[in-house]
Parts: sequence; C-alpha cells; structure tokens
Amino acid sequence: MRYSTTQAFALVALRITIGWHFLYEGGVKVLNPHWTAKAYLLDSGGFLKGFFDQMAGNQSLLSLLNSVNAWGLTLIGFSLLVGIYTHYSSLAGMAMLLLYYLSHPAFPGIEYLFPTDGSYFIINKTLIELFALLVILTFPTSRIFGLQRLMIRQRNIDK
Amino acid sequence: MAEDKPENKSGKFSRRDILAGLAALPIAGIVGYGLFRNKADAENRNSSLLDEIKPEIMSGIPPLIEGKIIQIGIIGCGGRGGYLMKALGFVNPDRIDEYTEKGRTDKYWIQYLDDFRAQEGLNIRITAVCDIFDLNAQRAIAAGANVHRNSRSGKMGDAPKRYTTYKELIASPDVDAVIIATPDHWHVPVALEAARNGKHVYCEKPLSWSVSETYEIRKTVKETGIVFQLGHQGRQTESHHVARSLIKQDVIGKISLIEVCTNRNDPNGAWVYDIAPEASEKTIDWKQFIGQAPWHDFSLERFFRWRCWWDYSTGLSGDLFTHEFDALNQILSLGIPHSVMASGGIYFFKDGRTVPDVLNMALEYPERDLTLLYSATLASEKNRGKVIMGHDAYLELGDTLIVNVDPQSTRYKEKLKQGIVEPFKPIYSYVPGQGTVDAITSPTEKYFAGRGLLYTYRDGKAIDTTHLHLREWINCIRAGNDAQPSCNIDQAFQEAMAAHMGTLSYKEGRKTYWDKEKELIV
Repeated sequence: MRYSTTQAFALVALRITIGWHFLYEGGVKVLNPHWTAKAYLLDSGGFLKGFFDQMAGNQSLLSLLNSVNAWGLTLIGFSLLVGIYTHYSSLAGMAMLLLYYLSHPAFPGIEYLFPTDGSYFIINKTLIELFALLVILTFPTSRIFGLQRLMIRQRNIDK
Repeated sequence: MAEDKPENKSGKFSRRDILAGLAALPIAGIVGYGLFRNKADAENRNSSLLDEIKPEIMSGIPPLIEGKIIQIGIIGCGGRGGYLMKALGFVNPDRIDEYTEKGRTDKYWIQYLDDFRAQEGLNIRITAVCDIFDLNAQRAIAAGANVHRNSRSGKMGDAPKRYTTYKELIASPDVDAVIIATPDHWHVPVALEAARNGKHVYCEKPLSWSVSETYEIRKTVKETGIVFQLGHQGRQTESHHVARSLIKQDVIGKISLIEVCTNRNDPNGAWVYDIAPEASEKTIDWKQFIGQAPWHDFSLERFFRWRCWWDYSTGLSGDLFTHEFDALNQILSLGIPHSVMASGGIYFFKDGRTVPDVLNMALEYPERDLTLLYSATLASEKNRGKVIMGHDAYLELGDTLIVNVDPQSTRYKEKLKQGIVEPFKPIYSYVPGQGTVDAITSPTEKYFAGRGLLYTYRDGKAIDTTHLHLREWINCIRAGNDAQPSCNIDQAFQEAMAAHMGTLSYKEGRKTYWDKEKELIV
C-alpha cells in the first residue's frame, strides 16, 4: 500500500498516540500492586452487567483479569508505539476496547459512578478509539516507521 | 511516496531504515519516564502518609472451637428471631423455595441462597422454640428441623419442640442456651429466668425496657457467670476495628464532635409491619404478650407493630440509637454520657403511636471534651452518615471507612503545604475484604473512596455480621473459661443506660444526668 507523506504521517501519528495511551494506562496498573478492576467492573451497566459483576465477585478470575488487563494494555501499547506486530496488537486492542465499551455502554438512561468527561449518546471515546484501531489495522504503517521495518530488512538480508 | 514496505533493496540497513525503524523508541522512553515519575510520586505520598500509621485489620473469621453440640432454644420467633435462626444456619424450607423462585428473575436471590448455604455450620441444634403466635412457632419449628438447608422436597432432621411459655423452655434439659428476640419489654424477664437456670443468653438489643431492671440483669448475669452477648452485630464490622486503631494512633487529632443519625422513609422502617391474616385472639396468647406492660385490650396493631408504643418498646433511642451508640462505644470506649438532652415529636406517622418518629439527642462527655449528636427521622432517607470530627481530619464510617483531611489541621500542616494531601479530600480508605488500608493518591481512587462503593453488599463473598456475632457467643460458651464475648453485660449496661437517659429526657422534657458514683440517672 502506498501513502503520500502526509497520509503516512497521519497514520503513524494515530498509531503512536493510541500506543502511548495504552502503554501508559497499562504501565500505571502494572506498577501499582493494589490496582484492581473490581470497582470498574462493579460499576458496569447495560445488558451485560450481570456478567461483569460476576467477574468482580470471583476472586481468582478477578486476579487473572487484573494481570491480563494490565499486561495486555502495556504490551499492546508498546507494540503500537514502536511499530511491531501491530496487526495482532490492534486486533487485541479492539477486543479490549469492545469489552470496556460493553461494560460501560453509553446508552441513554444508564448512569455510572465513574465520571465521564463529556456527553455521549451511544458513541463515546472508547468506541472511537476502537474504530481508530480498525484504521491502524487496515492501513498498516509499521513497515514504514517502526521496528517491523528493521525486521523485514533483516529477513531480506538473510535471504 | 511512502510505502508500507522497506524501499531499500540493497543488502544493508540504510540510515533511513535505522531512523524510521528506531525513531519510536525514544517516544516509548518518554512514556516510560512518565510512568516511573507517577510511580515514584505515589510511593512518596504513600510512605509519608502510612509510615507512622499501623492500622489493625481483623484477619479472617475466627475458627470455631470444637466441642459438643450446643442445644439452643429460640424465644421470640418473629422477624428478627427468623433472621437470627438463618444466621445460625436454619431457614424454613418454604423460604428456600421462595428464594429459588425469586432467583429466576433476580440473581441477587441466587447469591443470597448460595451465601447462606456456604455459611459454616456452628455445631449446634435448635431443640426448642417458644412464640405466643402459633404461625411464628410453626415456622420456627420447620426452620429448626431444616438441618440440611433444603427446600420443601428435601430431607429434614428432628423438629424442635414448641413450648408455650418461656419458663418451660428454659427449664428443659434439652436447652443449653437461649436466644431472646422478643419485644423489648420481655428482654430482661426472659434473660433473668435463663441466667438463674444457668442457661447462656444471646439477647437482642436493647438490653432493657426499664431502668430498674437494667441493674438486676447485670447483677444476675455476673453472679451466675453465664455467657452473655447483646445483639449488636456491628461489633463484628471490620471498619469499626480499623477506625478504633486509626483513632488510637491519633490520625484524626483531638475529637470534639461526633454526629450519627438514623434516616428511614418507609412504613417498614417506621415499624408499620404487615399484620398476618392468620392472627387472631385464638392464635395469639395476648395475656402473655402484655407481661409487665400496662393492660390493653387485644390489638393486632399493638401485637405486630409493638415498636410504636412505649408500653412494649424503647422507641428510637432504644431501638436505633443503640446501634450507633454501641458502634461508638466499641470504637472510642465512650461509656455512659455525663448528660443527655433530647427533643423530638410525632411529626409524620400520626397513626396512634406513642413513640416519636423524629428524635434529636445531645450526649455530653465533658471528661472526654466531646459531644455526641444523634438525630433521627423515620420520614426522610437523606443519609447523613456517621462522622467523627477531629482537629486534623474527619472520619466517615459505614461499611467502608474514609479519612478526610481538615484544611486547618496542625498534624498535616506541612503535607498540606507541600500538596501531598489536599483539604477535604480522602487520605485513607478502608474497604472490607481488601486487607489493607490505603493512603489515597490517584484521582480515580479519591473519587471511588469518596463515593464509598458498597463492596459488602455487592460482593458475593460478604459475611453476615450477625452470624459472626452469634459465632463469637457460641465460641465463648464452648471455651468454658469465663471469657465473655465483645458485647458483654458491662457494654450492654452502658448501652441501656445511655438509651434510657435519652428516653427520659424526651419524655420529661429535661436534661438527664448520670451520677457516676451512685450509678443513677438523675
């Protein structure tokens, strides 16, 4: 796929900013031993509330979920930021964002303890970030700007 | 044009490759720097706040002491009696079916039933029940027989025997200990009879209905040496223990004012309970109900809603203030107040009741330099919390515990100046089951702490404090070493006298005082 320089810049900037966001969110959680998704899960709403409440109630599942979430965010963020295996990380990132959205859908009539930073009707920033990752997935840039470029070069040299 | 493939076809990395390949790494470095700064800040704040503080947290459930089966008699098998039986592990099979049915549409009841079935057995048997209303007695017999916690179709065990008078129940050799869940005016007469017969007593709050009987029951419990527990299950609430340890370590500074309240706004909360259609003069032993109360002709209202009349009840002071008082007595060892001034009235429920539905009380503790304020209404649910106000911080207490710093604090002056703590924002929080007291640093944590998410209600693992309170009593009986449980007769005496001082003050429209030497309300 060929992009103009401006197009490439826009796509790389989008990838890096999303990566930054994931990496920081994940890193904060990894570095805080007391962090838990429990409060967030208990605050869930919408048609899957029961499912997320159950996750919060099951201690062993919750600790697994805490690690998967914290490390998942960190690795996805790192991968997007430095541009390596972004195909997998954007898919995984979309899956995580979908779960966040389903636990706190921006449906009218549902209120959360957790504060929101604006007014939303069905579409919120989580959903927008999810679709931004779809753009990253369909318009890859890590071979232009990212570690992937060096890996491919190395492979070519080895051949 | 840029392409998502490396353009360089030569056998080497070009400078361009290296730049484009590695340029994002420094950006990752910036994020990493941000992360470690965040971590270092959090650690700094945590350690500077937590270093000097060593909160005591109860670890787990105390193990059950082994020994022979204890035979229990239930005296008073109405609403509270039924709940106490459930906390002991016995529920009417009809109720199990009812919970299962409700669980089909509301998952809360499935969890409720699971929690009940998971509750540890206490190695006891319900051998006897006594109630003056036939329906209550029959339900209690069915519950007592349900030793396997089954539904109607399941296997049952031996049914407890019904006694029509408490004296016969207490005299039975099949009874080692009794649980008293009668109306207030019957607490002491039943407890006295049990103690004199060497039967251990778990008595619902408040301890007594009149001042004079309070002395008698204290004396008798001490002389006979029975194990006595007053039914303030709040003694088992974890956050109370944590609060006690934080205050002991001077986290909130000198306390001058404590505010507690009762806020209810529904008929049930105002003691307007349903009247069972099965109830009549034929199914209720009315004469026995009256007991030491002044005579009144048969009245279904008075029987089911006895809390609304001074003849059988102790009103807001005895029924609901005592919960608050006992919690604070546990946390601060307040004891009986020096004086109490009460006021209020029947302002909402003009249904013929004699006890007030709005009550305000100021309890003075000049030796401790503090006032305890209680205010209650049965006609508004606006929650005003339980707040202990110190010079350095205030402590809000519920199932969770939150300490908020005061902007004029002396102790936290430097930390306020450095921005380590913020005025009116939480600095410590405790959530049951979490196992740690946290120094609060992140904005999200502050937000949730301020809202006090009710983990205990939502989390399936929550343990019924009434179960723990009964368990403590049973452990003391089995230990047989003169040990008394946490809400023993001395604590109960203080609870009853504080409540009576409030009631007398309200009734007589004057300030009441406690004569410490003579142990008299004057």
